[in-house]
Amino acid sequence: MGGSSVTMTTNGEVEFSDVQGLMRFGYRRMTKARYVLLRVKDAAAARRWLASAKVNTAELKNSKARESKDKPPTTALHIAFTASGLDAIGVPESVIAMFSHEFRTGMATEYRARQLGDLGANAHGHWDWGPRRAEPDVPSSEPDAPVGEPHVLVMFFAEPEEFDDHLQRSTGEAWDKAFEVQRSFPADVDLIEHFGFKDGVSQPKISWDQKRETPKTQLDYTNVAALGEFLLGYRNEYGKFTDRPLLKPGAGNAELLDAVDAPGKKDLARNGTYLVMRQLRQDVRGFWQFVNEQSGDFAEAEKLATAMVGRALDGDPLVPIQMEPIPGVDRKQNQFTFDNDAAGTWCPFGSHARRANPRNTDFPGRPANWLKKLIISLGFGSKDFGYDLASSVRFHRILRRGRNYGTRLKPEDALSPPPPDEGDRGLHFMCLNANISRQFEFVQNAWFANTKFSGMTGESDPLLGNREPIPGCPVTSDFNMPQQSGLRQRVSGLPQFIKVVGGAYFFLPSLRALRYFAGDKTA
Amino acid sequence: MTPQSSFMVLAPIVPAREEELRALLAAMNDSPGIVDPQNALVPFGRFTTLHFARFVILDDLTTGDIGVYGLPTREYPLYLAFLGDVDGSETAFLRWLVGSAPDGLRKLFSCCKDFGPDTDLLDWIQQHRSPPRANYVNTRGRTVGQVHEEAGLRDALEAHITANAAVFQDLSPQAIHAELRWLVYRKTSPKRFTLTAPAPTPLKWRIRNVLHLIGVPLLLLAASPLLIAILPFYLIILRYKEKTDPVVAPTVDQKYSDDLALLEDHDVTNQFSALGSLKPGIFRFLTLFGVLLAVDYAARHIVRPGRLGRIRTIHFARWVFVAGRERMVFFSNYDGSVDSYMDDFINKTAFGLNSSFGNGIGYPVTNWLIKDGCWDERNYKEYLRRHTIPTQVWYKARPGLTAVDMERNTRIRQGLESETISEEAAREWAALL
Repeated sequence: MGGSSVTMTTNGEVEFSDVQGLMRFGYRRMTKARYVLLRVKDAAAARRWLASAKVNTAELKNSKARESKDKPPTTALHIAFTASGLDAIGVPESVIAMFSHEFRTGMATEYRARQLGDLGANAHGHWDWGPRRAEPDVPSSEPDAPVGEPHVLVMFFAEPEEFDDHLQRSTGEAWDKAFEVQRSFPADVDLIEHFGFKDGVSQPKISWDQKRETPKTQLDYTNVAALGEFLLGYRNEYGKFTDRPLLKPGAGNAELLDAVDAPGKKDLARNGTYLVMRQLRQDVRGFWQFVNEQSGDFAEAEKLATAMVGRALDGDPLVPIQMEPIPGVDRKQNQFTFDNDAAGTWCPFGSHARRANPRNTDFPGRPANWLKKLIISLGFGSKDFGYDLASSVRFHRILRRGRNYGTRLKPEDALSPPPPDEGDRGLHFMCLNANISRQFEFVQNAWFANTKFSGMTGESDPLLGNREPIPGCPVTSDFNMPQQSGLRQRVSGLPQFIKVVGGAYFFLPSLRALRYFAGDKTA
Repeated sequence: MTPQSSFMVLAPIVPAREEELRALLAAMNDSPGIVDPQNALVPFGRFTTLHFARFVILDDLTTGDIGVYGLPTREYPLYLAFLGDVDGSETAFLRWLVGSAPDGLRKLFSCCKDFGPDTDLLDWIQQHRSPPRANYVNTRGRTVGQVHEEAGLRDALEAHITANAAVFQDLSPQAIHAELRWLVYRKTSPKRFTLTAPAPTPLKWRIRNVLHLIGVPLLLLAASPLLIAILPFYLIILRYKEKTDPVVAPTVDQKYSDDLALLEDHDVTNQFSALGSLKPGIFRFLTLFGVLLAVDYAARHIVRPGRLGRIRTIHFARWVFVAGRERMVFFSNYDGSVDSYMDDFINKTAFGLNSSFGNGIGYPVTNWLIKDGCWDERNYKEYLRRHTIPTQVWYKARPGLTAVDMERNTRIRQGLESETISEEAAREWAALL
């Protein structure tokens, strides 16, 4: 329980040329992108294509370099697999069995639906793509596309003028023979998400140099996360290695790196991670019309929308920015915690941004010595109702890599009725994490979907919530804004603004693992 | 105050009747993991003093783990456990239960050994009682009736505020307090605001509680010269064992884990039943015995209502030795999903978890009994999941309420009960609504 930190053994520096670039870059300059979900129809051809695919690495390039090969790329290609996808390209079952439970069972299990809030309109049976899209009465956006869990996710990024060329070059004959396209989503970068708010302001800072020494008790909020939270084969926030496939050395896997924590084993997942993808359809008109109806005028509506999101339209936090720097925070908009807003009167507890990251540390109130820590540990801290309700956030961070789809609709335009040809819009939510259960699923379950978050009741995330009743609680569609005067201000009857229409868990392998997958393991 | 008590009936199942018993238990549910509170066998919902109850078949798939000590696998009978947490004395409750649902209970227990058509049901139950070694009650004195009344009170207050939102918006916290007090306590108040005053604390319970409060420390004091003399040797053995005890935490079988998950997250509260063998030898038994003595004492006399250390999500929990001292079963009722429950354990109360579960075969290596252990997150989670057993039937009196919800509702009621309230207190109180 003391403040002793976990001793770091040398892990070896990260070999950036082995890590897919998506881990390190959001490719904001490559504004055009396409996420393609594939089903494998010919395993041998698929492996051939994998062997030829030029996947981008996480190596840092210099834009001032003379040689063009040292300059930052203008296109990018990334590949990830579901568990059934690994099976489809011929990865032995004994190897797949060593991946995590969540990855192997996939996102769309009956029990996981309850945890992630994929109920009601979000239920798997209504999904447009993914494992359970089988109900005939639910119209499909691509009636002729193959159904079932996608096998492979291929992501193409490029600067606009190079995009078509990039797509052309990256596919070709083996691609056509190998895959059936299930969905092909345009995913364009936008710094503003569809509801009109600046997006992606808060991201954890990965300790690439592995200098973060994870303490047993983290008393100050930090934005720096151990490398092992995001990349497999390295120490995580517990100072431990996340479970992953470790193979006996053999002919097919000689090129794989040795496991740091298991002598004599080949680390298939080192420099790889898990990728969570969810297609979230956003009802932008519904959102702005609702807040407008509640408020009467647009300025008030914006205030309510801001409270629900937990940030202003321009990304400013709702609590004052603090003077003291926060480790790993390099922009002012992120330099805050909720320590001085224990009552939630600045930023409502239930707001999306506060649920997404309550910025808690391991102990409430920064105990100064071991005795105070002991007193808190034994349950004799503050008697306040709201004291110590949410978990420490450092074990529950995710790295977001999502992109919008569909045309932008400005808040002020959202109040008018939709044109007859209004298209779909939303977010291809994507996040990277080494432990799906402790990171993505925890955040989605305990913080977003949970109607009891932080001692509240009757409300889930104002943006993501499915508003489904739960046993004993018929209403989950409230949104409360605590007030300094005491009694909260409450908005009731929030409609569902975001609908989940598909999703899957993928593994984003290292380049070595990709080559291992591309090799013929039946030989 | 009405103190809570617990009961547990433990009996070996007749092997030939196991399937029949499983079918009977399954029939008590509407669907897997969701009990029918009015089911024909034991209509839990009729027992207005029953907080939680469950039927669990103690199906131990990890008995072979003792092989890591070079010892042969022990054969244990398959047990049925029936347990519950009630208001008032457990004996009175069992009498009520036996009087009201004799046929269903007979049907279930007839699948157990030594139960025939002529067996006296109550006697048999009393003979098969299996008391907890340590027991935790979230808030002693809060009855099922009180939970319902306070939830009703909150709903009524919220409805009143919503219906009169324009008025309440401009009221000061003290005026809100006065206004709501008038609503609830005026003479003509409708009956829905029944707020039963707490019953007097039974004298017998009070005497026993005081004796326990003083008795345990006195015994410890008396034994302290001996304990102090033993301590150095104890620590040497402890350290030796911690350095040599093997960890057994293979990845839990996917299908097994999925089947457990089918029973989870149907309500905001979940059941948890975990069973395992102690590390062999008297040393670990005595260690666990001592730890649980301390846990039980702390839970009974020391911890604050609503808190078990820093954890505020556990309604009831107990540790019970299974017919002897080789195996231990832990039962709890907790809020949230099992993953966040396990994270809470690691991050908030590792010391308590390590010192008790650390005596089980295969638990991740502890240091000085309380350190490390579950900090080995991966092995710990696999260990616990592997030792989790399916709870065939689980009943909770008031679905939809977490322990923190109940605490909030109690605070709302308590605040309302005080005639005058300071401005500061009124503000805090109003923020609960």
